[in-house]
Amino acid sequence: MNNTDTIYAVSSGSGMAGIAVIRLSGSQVSKLVAGIAGSLPKPRAASVRRLLDPVSKEIIDQALVLWMPGPNSVTGEDVAEFHVHGSIAVIDALFAALENHEGVRLAEAGEFTRRAFSNNRMDLVEAEGLADLLHARTEAQRRMAVNHLLGHASSIYETWRNELIAISAHLEAAIDFVDEEGVAEAAMRGVKIRITELIDVLRRAVAQSDRAGVLRSGVKVVFAGAPNVGKSSLLNLVASREAAIVSSRPGTTRDVIEVSIVLDGVPILLTDTAGLRLASCDEIENIGMQRARSEIAAGDIVVWVSSPDVAADVDAPVIPDILVFNKLDLLGDNSIHPRNNPGFGISVKTGVGLDRFLQELKRLVIERFGGMEQAVVVRSRQKSAVEDSIRYLNESLVHDVDHIELAAECLRGACYSMARITGRVDVEDLLGKIFSEFCIGK
Amino acid sequence: MSRSFDVIVIGGGHAGVEAAAASARLGADTALVTHKYSTIGEMSCNPAIGGLGKGHLVREIDALDGLMGRVADKAGIQFRLLNRSKGPAVRGPRAQADRKLYRQAMQAEISSQANLTVVEAAVCGFIIENGVVVGVTTEAGESIRSPAVVLTTGTFLAGLIHIGERKIPAGRVGEPPAQGISEQLRLGGLRLGRLKTGTPARLDGRTICWSALEEQKGDAVPSPFSFMTDRITGRQVSCFITQTTRATHQAIAANIHRSPLYSGQIEGTGPRYCPSIEDKIHRFKDKSSHQIFLEPEGLDDPTIYPNGISTSLPEDVQEQFIRTIPGLENVVILRPGYAIEYDFVDPRELSHGLEVKAMPGLFLAGQINGTTGYEEAAAQGLVAGLNAARKVAGNAPASFDRAEGYLGVMVDDLVLRGVTEPYRMFTSRAEYRLSLRADNADQRLTPKGIALGLVGAYRQKRFSERMLVLEHARDLAGQLGMTSAAAARIGLKVNQDGLRRSALDFMAMPEVGPEKVSEIWPEIAALPEFAREALFADSLYAGYSARQMADVVALRKEDQIQLPADIDYANLPSLSSEIRQKLTRVQPRTLGQASRIEGMTPAALGCLLGHIKRQSLRKSG
Repeated sequence: MNNTDTIYAVSSGSGMAGIAVIRLSGSQVSKLVAGIAGSLPKPRAASVRRLLDPVSKEIIDQALVLWMPGPNSVTGEDVAEFHVHGSIAVIDALFAALENHEGVRLAEAGEFTRRAFSNNRMDLVEAEGLADLLHARTEAQRRMAVNHLLGHASSIYETWRNELIAISAHLEAAIDFVDEEGVAEAAMRGVKIRITELIDVLRRAVAQSDRAGVLRSGVKVVFAGAPNVGKSSLLNLVASREAAIVSSRPGTTRDVIEVSIVLDGVPILLTDTAGLRLASCDEIENIGMQRARSEIAAGDIVVWVSSPDVAADVDAPVIPDILVFNKLDLLGDNSIHPRNNPGFGISVKTGVGLDRFLQELKRLVIERFGGMEQAVVVRSRQKSAVEDSIRYLNESLVHDVDHIELAAECLRGACYSMARITGRVDVEDLLGKIFSEFCIGK
Repeated sequence: MSRSFDVIVIGGGHAGVEAAAASARLGADTALVTHKYSTIGEMSCNPAIGGLGKGHLVREIDALDGLMGRVADKAGIQFRLLNRSKGPAVRGPRAQADRKLYRQAMQAEISSQANLTVVEAAVCGFIIENGVVVGVTTEAGESIRSPAVVLTTGTFLAGLIHIGERKIPAGRVGEPPAQGISEQLRLGGLRLGRLKTGTPARLDGRTICWSALEEQKGDAVPSPFSFMTDRITGRQVSCFITQTTRATHQAIAANIHRSPLYSGQIEGTGPRYCPSIEDKIHRFKDKSSHQIFLEPEGLDDPTIYPNGISTSLPEDVQEQFIRTIPGLENVVILRPGYAIEYDFVDPRELSHGLEVKAMPGLFLAGQINGTTGYEEAAAQGLVAGLNAARKVAGNAPASFDRAEGYLGVMVDDLVLRGVTEPYRMFTSRAEYRLSLRADNADQRLTPKGIALGLVGAYRQKRFSERMLVLEHARDLAGQLGMTSAAAARIGLKVNQDGLRRSALDFMAMPEVGPEKVSEIWPEIAALPEFAREALFADSLYAGYSARQMADVVALRKEDQIQLPADIDYANLPSLSSEIRQKLTRVQPRTLGQASRIEGMTPAALGCLLGHIKRQSLRKSG
């Protein structure tokens, strides 16, 4: 791969569509656009042009052309877009007109973003936000990704970084300007409180991150219970009622099946498990039950299903979040009345009670995972950096003023850790802070 | 008339004397060219040496057998170890110096140095042949030739003094500036800039009412700068403290328009950490008073340096505001304060050996490189003198890295990042601060100094004796020890884990500490003080030095990845234009150097690394 090549790709996604957008980026873009569209349009203005193959002079299409010269473009290089009619034939003809140039080639996956990142058009948090946005399936995921892409998350990291710089600057001032009147005393005032408060803020963000991570991977709802109580049929019914996206996890064993759905904008992973009962002699069934138990342990929400015709001989291994009493249709006059049974009475067969069950599921999902779009610490890379920062900050509190150089060392570590997300903290940042806050200079 | 030397050093200030002495120690036939022999070793500004970061530099200069530490020990009249109550890594030795004693001691060092000739002359330009500097010409019309020239102009390069509305071309009060050299440097393609610094009025101590003022004594037992000094023998005196008043601030505020700083008359950038009194009052309006230290300039000199009221206000305003200060109501001003502007060369023009990349044979040190401070200048002088002499002897440049000393931190900062204000050393600039201590400067640098030929025989002997004592102390402190139960029996608060701990371990424990350890083991108490202090520092920072070592390994690894000299940054389009410009300007020689350029991003470094990998593949394939 050559970073100096001019690259192009269909940016509007694959498949048939009314419009296809072909984006170009690199040093040869102006030449290519002028060759195909006759001349270079006014920058950053939508212009309708007739596209011609520069060699055969045949008309390719009538299209909207956008010309965005660098460096103030999405990649930082010269960029253009052709909005052509979305047929394969048109795209092929346009590609044919582009491909016969030295140093011009089809972009690799993610290459536009990579160039934007290396030209400082985007920081790492924003680039990751864009990656998430491109993969976002649900409204909540999309909002979270947009939040990152627009730099909202970056600006929160920036406030953390600034607070780290401020605290570091105070410690450094107390070391380097000890012979200046009152500076050391003023610098140390309230520093421990600021450190403690920052630790609290970072801890809350990490706690939120565990829940926000769920938003990226999906809330795991595990259906569990004794064999033959109707877990799989319930799951299928829920999936078909809410079928936004249904995709079984391929290659999984017969005993754990997963289906993804979207509930109120939140991605949900419905997980079916093998029925639980006292140990059997069947080795394969035992393995299935073992897996079921670990799925239950990993579940964000556990739905425990029972039914009147099955006498369960084991209890749920965790306290279930929702109890479901299935097969209401089987209840005769002399059966136990559902009112005496805890949980939601339903019948998968007749559909009775399903709405109430779904409402409860939605309520739980929103209660526990709603509002996470604002989460800042999302990726494990970010989480480990923030956790390292917290560790250093905690360590800094151990050292008293006699060994302030050790506390300062810990703050340096905390800054370095945060820098893995936000970029480096420079000694000039510290000095700038010190000179703006304290009157230094005898 | 024409003479020739191996190395010519221009300037007899703090950078010049270290450069000349270092070059001569290496055996190069060296000329120190200065206006007047009598101003060699002059302290133009405050009469003090050392401080935080600066004291570290003095110790490092001394570890390389430089002059500043020994001279300051002879001239010191009040010693204070700053941050004494904090850990050893951030303690900085500092001393008030008698200006005359300092000059005398420095001149004695220079005149006794073998291979060193002092030439009294004003240099007016360089002799340049085929783009290479091969000597200098003097105003008296003499040509002095040498294959290496070290230029240390201080504030003399196109120096311009401001006192209120008055402008006086000068390098120091009463001394003419150097005018032609800037032009020749510009012709050589160098980028020059303008900086500003200032100094306060000097006061007649006989007209100060001392009894009203707070006294500041020095340390009861002075800590010398030099590893060669056993004890300070000179007479010690006190400083006194006073402060500005509301009336002072009013007098200054009423005349602020007459300050060349505020009228726009001064173009150069001044240091933020050394502002003039008018700046301090203007910027920190809520502060009703600023401290002033009254520092004696000498034992038999009535001159007082009022530290804290540097100013460029007109003389009448200076007199007016100074007399509002308690104790100074009837003071006589011996010399007004002033601001001085001078030319400096963008230090990114230099290599790590302080040689000008575009003018081979020319080395720069001190304020001409955008720094401030005697100590910063002296340290650069040593590096420049060392490399000038090495060049003449046909040896490769020698430099110090950021993990070896403050010396290395400073040079690396200067040549890679440049300056926006006069550069001063702070301990916060040293990322390996815990290991770059003032107390271990000799352990860090003297062996390298010996290898480079900088260190004389006497110091070598003293150093190896010290090392033997230290080695013995470390063995001892590692061997002596007791179990947790034994520690409990003598009343130490120790976790009862059944483990045996060494005396070194006990030293680092806040509940025990070095004093208690000396009480328990008389063998430790019997060690010399420097060895006990070294043991304590070792034990205190042991946990951190492992972490820092890992960082140092990473630093040196990056500094081993060479960037080809012919790399064309303009043709690396995935770099931002800003970074491309910076790389083109600095021309880093290693990936590590590139990483320390201001504004460098991880992405850009990745791209650089990718580029050189592809290049080397192409070459080998």
